[in-house]
Amino acid sequence: MNLNETTVTKDFHLEEPLAPKQTRLEEFWLLFGQNRLAIMGLLIFILFFCCAIAGLFLTSGSKPIFDPSLIRLEEKLRPPFSKPNLDLLEPNQVPTLNFYLMGTDDLGRDVFARMLQGAWVSLTVGFVAVGISVLIGIFMGGIAGYFGQHYIKIDHILWTLFLVSGTGLVLLDVTLSGAALLLLCLAYIVYVVLTRHRSRKKAHSSWRAMLHTNAVSVDTLIMRIVDIMLCFPSFFLILTVVAILPASIYNIMIVIGLTSWMGTTRFVRAEFLSLREQDFVAAAKALGIGNFRIIFRHMMPNAVAPVLVSATIGIASAILTEAGLSFLGFGVPPPNATWGNILSGGKNFIFDAPWLTFIPGITILIVVLSFNLFGEGLRDALNPKLRERH
Amino acid sequence: MADDNRLISVQGLKVYFRSGHACARAVDGVSFEVRKKETVCIVGESGCGKTVSALSILGLVTTPPGEIIDGRIVFAGQNLLELSEKEMQKIRGNHIAMVFQEPLTSLNPVFTIGDQISEAVRIHKKIGAESLREKCIRLLKDVGIPAPEQRLEDYPHQLSGGQRQRVMIAMALACDPDLIIADEPTTALDVTVQAQILELFGAIQKKQSMSILYITHDLGVVAAIADRVYVMYAGMIAEQGNTEQIFRNARHPYTQGLLASLPSLSKRGKRLYSIPGSVPNPAYKPAGCPFHPRCPHKAPSCSTEYPKMCDYGQGHLARCPILFQDKGHHT
Amino acid sequence: MLSFIGRSFVQKIITLFFVSIVSFLIIHLAPGKPSQVDPMNPKFTPEVVERFRKEFHLDKPLYVQYVYFYQDLFTGKTVSWKDNQSVLKKIWERFLNSLPLFIVGTLLTWTLSFPVGIRSAIFRKGIFDRTATFLSYLLISIPGFFFAYVLIIFVVTRFHVPVIGMVTFGIGDASIPYILMDRIWHMLLPSVLVATGGIAVLSRYVRSQMLEVEGQDYIRTARAKGLPPEQVHYKHALRNALLPFVTMFGLILPGLIGGSVIIESIFSWPGMGRMAYEAILARDYPIILTVNFVSAVLVLAGTFISDLLYLIVDPRIRL
Ligand SMILES: Nc1ncnc2c1ncn2[C@@H]1O[C@H](COP(=O)(O)OP(=O)(O)OP(=O)(O)O)[C@@H](O)[C@H]1O
Ligand SMILES: [Mg+2]
Repeated sequence: MNLNETTVTKDFHLEEPLAPKQTRLEEFWLLFGQNRLAIMGLLIFILFFCCAIAGLFLTSGSKPIFDPSLIRLEEKLRPPFSKPNLDLLEPNQVPTLNFYLMGTDDLGRDVFARMLQGAWVSLTVGFVAVGISVLIGIFMGGIAGYFGQHYIKIDHILWTLFLVSGTGLVLLDVTLSGAALLLLCLAYIVYVVLTRHRSRKKAHSSWRAMLHTNAVSVDTLIMRIVDIMLCFPSFFLILTVVAILPASIYNIMIVIGLTSWMGTTRFVRAEFLSLREQDFVAAAKALGIGNFRIIFRHMMPNAVAPVLVSATIGIASAILTEAGLSFLGFGVPPPNATWGNILSGGKNFIFDAPWLTFIPGITILIVVLSFNLFGEGLRDALNPKLRERH
Repeated sequence: MADDNRLISVQGLKVYFRSGHACARAVDGVSFEVRKKETVCIVGESGCGKTVSALSILGLVTTPPGEIIDGRIVFAGQNLLELSEKEMQKIRGNHIAMVFQEPLTSLNPVFTIGDQISEAVRIHKKIGAESLREKCIRLLKDVGIPAPEQRLEDYPHQLSGGQRQRVMIAMALACDPDLIIADEPTTALDVTVQAQILELFGAIQKKQSMSILYITHDLGVVAAIADRVYVMYAGMIAEQGNTEQIFRNARHPYTQGLLASLPSLSKRGKRLYSIPGSVPNPAYKPAGCPFHPRCPHKAPSCSTEYPKMCDYGQGHLARCPILFQDKGHHT
Repeated sequence: MLSFIGRSFVQKIITLFFVSIVSFLIIHLAPGKPSQVDPMNPKFTPEVVERFRKEFHLDKPLYVQYVYFYQDLFTGKTVSWKDNQSVLKKIWERFLNSLPLFIVGTLLTWTLSFPVGIRSAIFRKGIFDRTATFLSYLLISIPGFFFAYVLIIFVVTRFHVPVIGMVTFGIGDASIPYILMDRIWHMLLPSVLVATGGIAVLSRYVRSQMLEVEGQDYIRTARAKGLPPEQVHYKHALRNALLPFVTMFGLILPGLIGGSVIIESIFSWPGMGRMAYEAILARDYPIILTVNFVSAVLVLAGTFISDLLYLIVDPRIRL
């Protein structure tokens, strides 16, 4: 029983900790590997990706290998795997594979070639639209979560208003008053920047004090914008805008992106709010590390997981939305094929040529399903705590 | 050991948690017993498997991921681990009741206090509505809640933490069980409330002559209420004995370390002892004695052989052969 | 409580104001003027276009147009550009057509997803749960229009019943039960389709909510009391898991308008969605804007109702 101070200072040789040296990535792969559905999703996703890239190269150019818009009126509505009737076709009309892998449509166009072309459209729409929405979402959510406590002052609002209305007027050909407003606004900004360090010391006169009163916090402002955006029925809004804008695939991407960033904003904000309170961020602040370094080096990596998951699932729904739009006849102008307009073209022949409905329909289903399964798998693997629940 | 005096005995209990490829051996061969009208304490650091041991008695270990690998829990002549779910339901709350660690989250937020207390009685005893209400009021009064008549209609969020823990205790007492398992009932509460709850347990035991299995990591509490003590470390019982033996005559280096790290007046001004190192992760426990990486008396054999229980007589046992030999005991 | 309601109400009104501005701007700042609907159309001679512009204040500055438009809207004077009928009346007629679809669809959604979700959660990782999970992924991923055609092919080839439209054309003097059956057949597919996505999403949500609650400490307490599993699941767990869903009652309101555009146009169902779609095609701005405004009102009213319901249901919230 001689447990006294000497034992305390005695040098202990502690054994190596026995916990396995597993990086987060390895752990992620281990968890992800156990989810067979998610692996399947990933494989299909990779396959789809390759098809889309191949589709881009095989169906574009002046003399494409698979020509999606070549019309063979003699060969319309041929079922899949059927051989072309070589007597009726000119040599350049013979399909590349020597048979119609997926049949032909009502104009005798090769559905396989059209599906390949459509794959690229779906892929780009999915990725670009989600890219836009994730960028906006991270930006807005990050600002709301990190700088949310800051207040926007009345003068900020005023000069933004001036700036916007000035630009608007100039754009609307009211150059004179527009330019005047812009100049006024610029002058005010310059004035503020110049007097910035001086005004700190001086007591404000009353009208300036009023200009500097707090109006709304950044957080409130951004969340109200999110609320406003959520009020629009999204498919209807997309439809309206796409109908007004000239038909183009890029417009669709942009519009889908611009109308789907609210979810990302919300949870990036939530993530940032909770990360802000954590010790490592406080420590980084105490060390005098700059805001942007804290955001990008310390907080972003932690917020990346949920963003990634929602982006994957967002791609799935963007593909669905695009298909819906081209089904209704919006978006990509006619000669170009998308999965949605192949299906919509085939709907008049559902009993005579069901493959025109089933091939694009099932393809969309499989691709969207793979993204959804992959996304859920990611969510489980990135967040082991939630595994028990979902 | 007087067998007839034994209320419950846990023998060689092993509970493992599997998560993916890893397997956490949370409870790894634990044996203890509680006699009638006795207060037994289980002490140990956070994560050593106290709660899991208690939950296995009631059959409440969540079964995936947890799994009871081995052992027997004998209560009233039957092995609880072999009972069906239906038979266990008759034991839970009725013969063995439990007070949980977190009073703040252990009460259902959408039912009133009265509902939740009377529920257990309604399940286990045939009793009319009027006498049920009376019983609830008396229970609340017993655990020291003022104005119990009004409190019956309250929701948990309207009560303070200490009051909620009292309600939990009232719930546990509701069917006059033979054994109450109290799992760190005071950890989440502040010190004055802690003292009141301890007092309450003392009073209850005197009045109703039930046994209490009190789980804690606070040696001060142990000294205040325990008849006998089990010291747990990393899923095993390191030492057992009555309070006197443990506090005056600790025979396991871990118990000794725990006692030395207690602040006391005589140690004023000196640096407090702390056991070096930290509790091993239950999934990757060291081979041999789980305590050996932190042990000041470590011998080469410690890292290879699982230590045997060494008997010091009069029910005082410690799982450290090294100190046993040092003292000249031989088996 | 009252102050909460007041504050929330004012906030909703402000949001609505901004929504009205934004939707107005989206429509009017986009390239392509409404008066150029169809330059090829011989009906649109320059004089007609000029009169048209005058009549609908299109020659005024934008903010004046905005004021005129919403003034007309609130006094119920807005008319469609296409046929000069009152917009509110048109919307009301179409709304009555959409209502049965919406009601049946919502009933299907709510009555199916709860049992499925709860059962999945209680028997987690079992056969039922796995099947339900996979099926719900399938239903979330399937494009609605494709599913519609699959169902149409199936029903038409199997039961030889017409499914397009609200009633079979020229059925006029058939017997009453026959007409009723006809109606039901026509309604079945669209409402199933309206419900599929909802069932998939809601049952997943019910499941995760239920699992979350099942992991709480008070469930362990309930089991430790010796309650039988049914009481633990259906009394203690379900009561807590249901809380968030009570609030969702408010959120189904907006479903009245959104969502069914594609399905209604496939089935030639003369409802709100189809009207909106036709209005978009015809650039009938008053209708588009009104539909937008009404749906924003519904969204806001829905969130308002759910806030209120939450206040009433959850004993922890007392303001
Ligand atoms: N549901 C579970 N899933 C996985 N592992 C678990 C689970 N419950 C307990 N464990 C493991 O069992 C070990 C013992 O846990 P237990 O709750 O019994 O500790 P404790 O002694 O009660 O600690 P404390 O004093 O903090 O309450 C923990 O280290 C934990 O890793
Ligand atoms: Mg515990």
